[in-house]
Amino acid sequence: MERSVVFAGFGGQGLLFTGQVLARAAIKDGLEVFWIPSYGPEMRGGTASCTVIVGDEPIGSPVVDEFDAAVVMNLPSLRKFGPLVAPGGLVILNSSLLGDHGCGRSDVDEMRLPCTELAARGGDDKLVSVVALGALVAHLGWVTRESIGAALREMAGRKRPEVVDADLGAFAAGLEAGDVGRAA
Amino acid sequence: MAPRQEIEIGLRRTEAELEAGRRARVLMKGNEAIAEAAIQAGCDAYFGYPITPQAELLEWMARRMPEVGRVFVQAESELGAINMALGAAATGARVMVSSSSPGISLMAEAMSYMAGSGTPMVLVNVMRAGPGLGGIGPSQSDYFQATKGHGHGDYRVPVLAPASIGEAMKLMATAFELAERYRTPVMLVADGILGQAMEPVELRFRTPERQAFDWALTGAAGRPARIVKSLDLDPEVLERRNLALQQKYREIARHETRWEGWQLADAEFAIVAYGTAARVARSAIARAREKGMKVGLFRPITLWPFPERELARMSRQLHGILTVELSSGQMIEDVRLAVEGRCPVAFHGRMGGLVPTPDEVLGALKALRGRVERTRTTTSHDPATEHHPGDASANGTGVRTGARRRGRG
Amino acid sequence: MTLHARSSSVETQRAAAARLVYRKPDVLIDRATHYCPGCGHGVIHRLLAEVMTDLDLPAHTIAVAPVGCAVFIYDYLDVDFVEAPHGRAPAVATGIRRVRPEAFVLTYQGDGDLAAIGTAEIVHAAARGERITAIFVNNGIYGMTGGQMAPTTLLGQRTTSSPSGRDAELMGYPIRITEMLAQLPGVTYAARGSVADAGSIGRLKVMIRRACQVQIEGGGFAIVEVLSNCPVGWGMTPQESLEHLKGSVAEAYPLGVIVDRSAPSTARPAAAAATNPEA
Repeated sequence: MERSVVFAGFGGQGLLFTGQVLARAAIKDGLEVFWIPSYGPEMRGGTASCTVIVGDEPIGSPVVDEFDAAVVMNLPSLRKFGPLVAPGGLVILNSSLLGDHGCGRSDVDEMRLPCTELAARGGDDKLVSVVALGALVAHLGWVTRESIGAALREMAGRKRPEVVDADLGAFAAGLEAGDVGRAA
Repeated sequence: MAPRQEIEIGLRRTEAELEAGRRARVLMKGNEAIAEAAIQAGCDAYFGYPITPQAELLEWMARRMPEVGRVFVQAESELGAINMALGAAATGARVMVSSSSPGISLMAEAMSYMAGSGTPMVLVNVMRAGPGLGGIGPSQSDYFQATKGHGHGDYRVPVLAPASIGEAMKLMATAFELAERYRTPVMLVADGILGQAMEPVELRFRTPERQAFDWALTGAAGRPARIVKSLDLDPEVLERRNLALQQKYREIARHETRWEGWQLADAEFAIVAYGTAARVARSAIARAREKGMKVGLFRPITLWPFPERELARMSRQLHGILTVELSSGQMIEDVRLAVEGRCPVAFHGRMGGLVPTPDEVLGALKALRGRVERTRTTTSHDPATEHHPGDASANGTGVRTGARRRGRG
Repeated sequence: MTLHARSSSVETQRAAAARLVYRKPDVLIDRATHYCPGCGHGVIHRLLAEVMTDLDLPAHTIAVAPVGCAVFIYDYLDVDFVEAPHGRAPAVATGIRRVRPEAFVLTYQGDGDLAAIGTAEIVHAAARGERITAIFVNNGIYGMTGGQMAPTTLLGQRTTSSPSGRDAELMGYPIRITEMLAQLPGVTYAARGSVADAGSIGRLKVMIRRACQVQIEGGGFAIVEVLSNCPVGWGMTPQESLEHLKGSVAEAYPLGVIVDRSAPSTARPAAAAATNPEA
């Protein structure tokens, strides 16, 4: 079975990085995975998105009709991807930037997360996407938390070892928020 | 000699093998994986020019080739790049260039020279949407260019079309091997998605063995001078050169045709698709099977030589074929030529950088089945199992205009 | 492999040659050429053959043949050759250079090839300072295709594609591409010679030798432009064409060394080089 999530927002919000963390974690869990970014001038125009498809079998179509989950970090992304989430799917909104905006659908789970504040609590308020990843993993459990931790250490540690703790902190903050959201 | 049997690349392995390999894999971007596979295959020199969506391939080479003591040159244009490749390859070096569609057009001239002079080289096209400057989205609209035309003159080049990043890595070694074995340029075609995406891959590489070339330019010390050229102003001589080329192409077609089948054993319908389109088809087929449709996938891995005999054989058991491409329909011409009207051949494709979704493809499959069923109820015989050589338009080519036919009916 | 060493057989040949009035270098294949009567290509081929033999280059030469009248140069010079598409010889030579650092790499191009269709390739090979020796034959016309206007065609010159003469307003001006190239730091040596008469030919040989030596010594890009004649394309007798070469053509394209960055202290000005044939 294949499950898909889109991470969308502004360039610089760590969306592509976070998608890759999820992809690496999936590999560690023995799953199949496919990561595809929006590319070209689009990525220089301020918006960025990537899609991650996780499955038990080799991934088929690299494009999906509808997403099982969407992480949206700004208004254009909400408008673009909100309608593309499957009924019963999950939308994680960064309420720090989106305020009261929502996707206005009753057939999806909408999780509003103050990502900036939660990331700051983890140690670096820029790590908003990692917070969202924590909530996503807590809510959907596609991959193990341990694998995400290992993937974060690998990826962040390679270039900027000093931010590993902040990344792990942001992920933990997201997990906690996601656990609460799920319990509610 | 019988054509190569169905081969398996990454799609079907035993559970134990899958499990063993799964955790050892690394996440790699298509463009970078292709570049690294080329390096591991022994590529001596890479010449390139930046173009989206293959720029990461050039960047990987810029960093890695000097690390391993090999040649990287960023050329002044794609013309410059491929002619540098021509020069380097003429000395017997293992050489590669890469680009995307508009850049590949510029390379057509030198490709023809290399085909004519028998110079081995590997060219990677990470296809984007055209025509003209077009867009940067994924596309398969260079199928004609790759398999039928490209440069001037009566020549062909083997064209390899991977459907996953792992397969692309494996095929890089194959590409160099074919290039040197048959003294020909070889193309590997991916699309923007395969170039830009990341997938888990195993870091297992293959380096084709080096051959001693009796044609390579190394300086004429101790032997007669050698000439690598395509020019022959004497028509008789030039025809002989062409006949020899055609003989070579027949040999390549006999020995190097590659394809993959999936769920074809009981299939009544098949999707013929390659590259990214084949992955969409696979998802669509899984959904169709859930709904009880017996559908399989026929995936050419070599676009030239096209697996025509295998598809022809398969078409005898099929009620209909759907060709899916990221184009207006190019490979479908080869599908039709192979099927020769034995069953209807329908098409679904998207252009401009768009990719068909599995549901779109499923819809096209259902439409094809509906059309076939209507044909079967209005005729006393079964068009899927009876061969009507004289009835090709009703069975094969007529199907593509099925919407109009339906309108009349 | 060193390019400097002269084999004893070469010394023997030279000793034998000292007693001879004329001797064909072995690397020049004994065969009638396809060139028109009076054409300069034959002289240039011979000079190349002499210099390459003197410097013991033929056995490690990989040369690039052009498109144009000299397309069959591989039939006349007995060294390894690859044929380049029109204009692309400098790129082809770059590829050879990079994978064969030990080879002597030579290109031979005409004016249409080098200064029109192949402008990008020559400029960038020169800009990269590719260690190759380029022979650029400028006869101001597309000879092979029947005498059309070339980028180097003189103002007023009649060709089959400028039947009323080259008009600057419609067809632009002749290109002095060697001067353009000489401005690039990657160019170690750039010079212009001529085949107009025996004196010019002697001076040209010095230039070709220098352009080859630059490569042997590990310098950068070296180019010799050769003003040559095309009696058939110009509609002249061979004798008239040589007079024209000495007159209008040499006025438009001044002879001499344009730049020599190989030895700054000993770089000779054009005038000195012109008075110092066959050192």
